[in-house]
Amino acid sequence: MIPELGHFSLIVALMLALLQGVLPIWGAARGNAVLMGLARPVAAGQFVFVAIAFCALAYAFLTSDFSVLYVAQNSNSHLPAHYRFAALWGGHEGSILLWTFLLTIWTIAVGQFSKHLPQEMVARVIGVMGLISVGFLLFMLFASNPFERLLPAPGDGRDLNPLLQDPGMVIHPPMLYMGYVGFSVAFAFAVSALLGGHLDATWARWSRPWTTVAWVFLTLGIALGSGWAYYEMGWGGWWFWDPVENASFMPWLAGTALIHSLAVTEKRAAFKSWTVLLAIGAFSLSLLGTFLVRSGVLTSVHAFTTDPRRGLFILVFLVVVIGASLFLYAWRAPRIGLGGKFEVVSRESFLLANNVLLSAAAATVFLGTLYPLFVQALTGGQSKLSVGEPYFEAVFLPLMVPMVVLMGLGPIARWKQVSLLDLLKRVRWAAVVSFVLAAVLPFLLGKWTPLIALGLFLAFWTMSTVLVDLRKRMLRDGGVKGQSPSYYGMQLAHFGIAVFIIGVTLVKGYETERDVRMAPGETTVAGGYTFRFDGVRDIEGPNYRGVQGRVIASKDDKTVAQLYPEKRVYNASGMPMTEASIDTGLFRDLYVSLGEPIPDSNGAWAVRVYHKPFVDWIWAGCVLMALGGILALSDRRYRIHAKRKLAGGPASDDVVRKKQPARAVADRRSKTA
Amino acid sequence: MKRFIIPVAFLVFAGFLYVALTSGLDPHTVPSPFIGKPAPMFSMSQLHEPAKKFSPADMKGRVWLFNLWASWCESCRDEHPLLLALSQQSVVPIVGLDYKDKAADAEAWLAKGGNPYLLNVSDPEGRLGIDYGITGVPETFVIDKHGVIRYKEVGMVTPENLKEKILPLVAQLEQEP
Repeated sequence: MIPELGHFSLIVALMLALLQGVLPIWGAARGNAVLMGLARPVAAGQFVFVAIAFCALAYAFLTSDFSVLYVAQNSNSHLPAHYRFAALWGGHEGSILLWTFLLTIWTIAVGQFSKHLPQEMVARVIGVMGLISVGFLLFMLFASNPFERLLPAPGDGRDLNPLLQDPGMVIHPPMLYMGYVGFSVAFAFAVSALLGGHLDATWARWSRPWTTVAWVFLTLGIALGSGWAYYEMGWGGWWFWDPVENASFMPWLAGTALIHSLAVTEKRAAFKSWTVLLAIGAFSLSLLGTFLVRSGVLTSVHAFTTDPRRGLFILVFLVVVIGASLFLYAWRAPRIGLGGKFEVVSRESFLLANNVLLSAAAATVFLGTLYPLFVQALTGGQSKLSVGEPYFEAVFLPLMVPMVVLMGLGPIARWKQVSLLDLLKRVRWAAVVSFVLAAVLPFLLGKWTPLIALGLFLAFWTMSTVLVDLRKRMLRDGGVKGQSPSYYGMQLAHFGIAVFIIGVTLVKGYETERDVRMAPGETTVAGGYTFRFDGVRDIEGPNYRGVQGRVIASKDDKTVAQLYPEKRVYNASGMPMTEASIDTGLFRDLYVSLGEPIPDSNGAWAVRVYHKPFVDWIWAGCVLMALGGILALSDRRYRIHAKRKLAGGPASDDVVRKKQPARAVADRRSKTA
Repeated sequence: MKRFIIPVAFLVFAGFLYVALTSGLDPHTVPSPFIGKPAPMFSMSQLHEPAKKFSPADMKGRVWLFNLWASWCESCRDEHPLLLALSQQSVVPIVGLDYKDKAADAEAWLAKGGNPYLLNVSDPEGRLGIDYGITGVPETFVIDKHGVIRYKEVGMVTPENLKEKILPLVAQLEQEP
């Protein structure tokens, strides 16, 4: 009964989504307040029914109801309860349900936090989000129903893919999807602005916090995915330029560009039409990512079930959503105008360069990911090829180097116009110090290569320019309070980039890898640490069997860490899994994974041992970027505006002003930020 | 009008996606560098009679399928009925390679599910993995009378690709001298 209830709820949700997608937009066009007023309650109704469907599926998983096909395919009665819940998004149908569920949550949030916006705007935004939801609900009901029955029910399920049985995997997809789906808000704002024909600084101010929230989720989602690949795949790598990874990276690049161009549009009313295009682009790339992952047109290490019929549905959906919004853009954008003017050397031009480089980076990733597909389509499948790491590294680095150099200058430069000489004078010490440190430090670390020096230079340059700007502003505006949270957020995120670059540079430059045959008692040396293999013992988990090895890492005859890498075979799927064991430190990771047992030997195994200096800085950098985003969100600018509009009456307006001299703060900000 | 280049470019791109999607080209049929090359030689124990060895040379003069499977492999269970049906038609002999598997498990599996194989080679350690460029289980090779690999199916054999690719190829290879 419960699965049927879920199925039925999806049908009701579809009806409500249709209403939500049509009536408010129609009302906004006709100036009908009643129809526009329907937006929020209908969206709330849709949320309730999608939530019921979500809970129904979760219930089926938790109670191991294997008469539901999707549950039988992705769960098992021996699977621990938290993984049974996470198995909900372990496969295709559930992922789409999660997508839709998150979309309705975002819609509710938009309705809730947009009380100060003009009614037409809210009606259009919620309407556009309703239309997107229609697409996903139709898709679920017609091509990938998570509640499909499997009768007679099998005795037990096939189990969740063992790769996904990991805490990182429990939160990685929801985070990533929060990011993907979150860009739908910026998209909906952009489409609404095009529909309404009003595109000014306020539009950018409304979109900015939403875009930042989505970006924060996407950043954390990608970082989690990368961390998961690092410890779960057992190869010690953290990024593989795999199509599925690229599918999440493209919207991130576009979203990062969008955050920056929104800033220009808000502050200077420039780049307006470009910002709209980026907002459409970021969400389009999110949808495209879903298509690439789910349709199976590209091969990937990610083992997803693929189905061409589903691919066709998503493709039609893509064409409708992206095609329609791009035509709308082409038709309406000339009205928007270009906005404020600026000189060649100004903060605008630095941000423009940032946008060009980030978009070019997104385009190169796009090309590299889809090139095999183009070649295949053009040659009728006669030639197949795949594009790998060398391509991405060769094209990505040259784009990122100027980007990071300009990133140091951008925040220091003033809006509109700045003297180049003045600018260079201000960063001369930062440049000299970074250059000298980057040139000398690799010698001290034991190996000098141009790439290591370049990486270190970029990191130090970023850090020192952040400090130079902080110092200047503190001296000028008196202490920490002189700047807005959004300023600190930006600098923290930029600092995070520097931390990230240090991690990437040092781990690429100085990591040691040993792939050795080890009998119990034998030792190997990597990165100054001695690793002793103590053999393996049998272990048994809730739904797997396997062996666990013991490796003692020591330095200067002192034991530093005991590592227990495992090799598991999952009972239901029979899939072998390598569980690496990692000793994490601030300056290095010791990473051990078991290969295969050596036949006809005295318990010897092929063992992979890695010493990875500074590898955790990669993810620390991502976390700092996300924290920067959160800090920027706490900026009162977005809320004061809301309160003033909301309060309406003069009395309450005074209260707000007494608490916080809003106008004075706003004035100072426009001067400094 | 220049602005309309963007949506038009997108539609062209969508056209590419459509062709890639509907051309029925499976991205999993990565051209194997082994196609057109002689099947790598080996001599290994048979599953049911470990004393007896099998070598691809034993199949000289016959067209045959070399099917990689294991008792722990879920997809192998799915493709198994198809292989059974094929073996009953006696169109082409199937030699199995029991890959990274315990002999006892494998024998029990065949006893329960039926045995479509002419014979099976036992490879508990996966020694043939590198020689044959194996990326996963199951995989199926079509090998001609001269011991040359002519086709490789990565993943499950499905009724469609059996009918459209493997059987026509086998018929054609039977005609070749």
